[in-house]
Amino acid sequence: MAERILRKPAGASRLVFALVCGWLTLLLVVPLLALVGAVVQDRSEVLRTLLSAEARNALLLTLGVALACIACNGVFGVAGALVLVRQRFWLRRVLDALIDMPLALSPVMTGLAFLLVFGRSGVLRPVLDGLGVEIAFAWPSVLLATLFVTLPFTLREVALVLEEVGDSEEQAAATLGASPWQTFWRITLPNLRGGLIIGTTLTTARALGEFGAVLVVGGSIANRTQTATTFIHAAIEERQEPAAFGMALILAAAAILLLLFMQGLDPTQKRSPAHGD
Amino acid sequence: MGIEVRNLVKRFGALTVVDAMSFEVQPGELVALLGPSGGGKSTVLRIIAGLETADAGQVWLDGARVDHLHARQRQVGFVFQHYALFRHMTVAQNIAFGLDVRGVPRAEQQRTVERLLQVMGLRGLGDRMPSQISGGQRQRVALARALAPTPKLLLLDEPFGAVDAKVREELRQWLRRMHDAVGATTIFVTHDQEEAFAIADRVMIIQSGRLEQHGTPLEILDHPATEFVARFVGDVNVLTGRVHGDHARVGPLLAPVSGLPDGQEVHVVLRAYDLKFWREDPGVATVRRVMTIGDRVRVEALLDRAGPDGQPAPIFAQFPRRSSLLHGVEVGCRISIEVTRARAWPGVPPEPAS
Repeated sequence: MAERILRKPAGASRLVFALVCGWLTLLLVVPLLALVGAVVQDRSEVLRTLLSAEARNALLLTLGVALACIACNGVFGVAGALVLVRQRFWLRRVLDALIDMPLALSPVMTGLAFLLVFGRSGVLRPVLDGLGVEIAFAWPSVLLATLFVTLPFTLREVALVLEEVGDSEEQAAATLGASPWQTFWRITLPNLRGGLIIGTTLTTARALGEFGAVLVVGGSIANRTQTATTFIHAAIEERQEPAAFGMALILAAAAILLLLFMQGLDPTQKRSPAHGD
Repeated sequence: MGIEVRNLVKRFGALTVVDAMSFEVQPGELVALLGPSGGGKSTVLRIIAGLETADAGQVWLDGARVDHLHARQRQVGFVFQHYALFRHMTVAQNIAFGLDVRGVPRAEQQRTVERLLQVMGLRGLGDRMPSQISGGQRQRVALARALAPTPKLLLLDEPFGAVDAKVREELRQWLRRMHDAVGATTIFVTHDQEEAFAIADRVMIIQSGRLEQHGTPLEILDHPATEFVARFVGDVNVLTGRVHGDHARVGPLLAPVSGLPDGQEVHVVLRAYDLKFWREDPGVATVRRVMTIGDRVRVEALLDRAGPDGQPAPIFAQFPRRSSLLHGVEVGCRISIEVTRARAWPGVPPEPAS
């Protein structure tokens, strides 16, 4: 069987094979090569712009926001999934649907909505002014917007695993005398590992790439609210192509690393069910 | 550990799964909860363990009421139907878990694990993951894990349901030996009557959330308390008859019964091994099939005038393969039938067991 599948395609299937390869090359390989080519051609200029304070700050903000999102989503994702999967309450269906909203909404709309809450004439403005806190057009807005768009990933992945694993191991732990705390750390959390890793990877990818929401709510102010993506946008606007190419290549490299990381995990092999037969 | 259950009630929505059930188990007994699937057996077990909360009623362990205690405080060993082994832990870590969470020192944990691996025939498997061992081995790991903290009460939910027939037979004998060696009170749930009768000291027959009968295997086989028990236990024929004195008349047959008023319409339950067939013309029945099943022979026949409106009704019996009664019995021949033992219940029969 394996030999048959691995054999070189023949006839009509050879045509399909060529089509698929051409399509993937056109969409994936060519743009990436073009980017690499552009960077290599302008390498001294690219290097200079990437070493600028603006570029460094944009990267740092993106990195910081991504790390914060990973941490927040890790905690909230596990807690949220436990509530959603294990508890039965009348608003469960509504909550279940709401969690996917960030996937359905355009990020630009999200940014706008956040502005209406935290912006100059936003509903929370009096409270924030009273507290002396600035959110809109400051880094917290970038964090909030990114948290919003990355909310579903970890929660959904963890919920999926939680559903699959069931609660019989936790019941077994209880009959063996484990406290709820011991059960959580020693049984529940280790079982969620696969979901957490995939969820975190998706969260990271989304946090690094988020553009629309952080542009609207943060305003892409250099050294303050400019992220890697809005930095690219600003560089293109200002006809600073080498800066845009350089930053784009960094993001592309990060994305490829993430993908390789996920490939290396191969969850289908790692997730070995103890009960499966 | 002695157990007493008083008036236990459990409902899931509109469905009453356990219906006012009461029973006692003496310390050191091995008891089977036997009945058709969905009868509430597992729920009773889970309530005793504290994994499920009863809507009414009480559970007493060793003379103390435990309804308010969480599962972890009851010190009851529980073996789950699908093992519920900790999938990210090795076999040894699984077995040690109950000791570890109680703060037992490492060295002592290790000794207990080694001893249990030895006793369970799992030597050398301590470092394997649950996914790397067979179903029968997983079952034994689950048992070892439950036994490690030396519970005084061991509860097993369909313990041998998920392994094949041969392994099941081995594990069965092995459970009996374990029980006799350890001495913990043991209750196991099963829908397999052979399993229940083979190893239990006492059997509780449970149907639709009710305890139908509680007794030794022999008591239940020879003195079924209800028509349900009589029908559920063993291979039986159920035919309609009418009482005449100390017999019930079923078509041309006379079945010995007692304590029923003359003329009463009854359901007569006839065990496959309480009937004698022998070739005789004209006789009372015609043989339809003869099947050899291992060391036994099953003979199916049509009994004259025993069905509704005087139609013939099917009846079957089983004999040892070399039984002299089988001499000349073949498909199409006429036979006579003698009923050596029968039970009869008045009225409409309950739904036959699945």
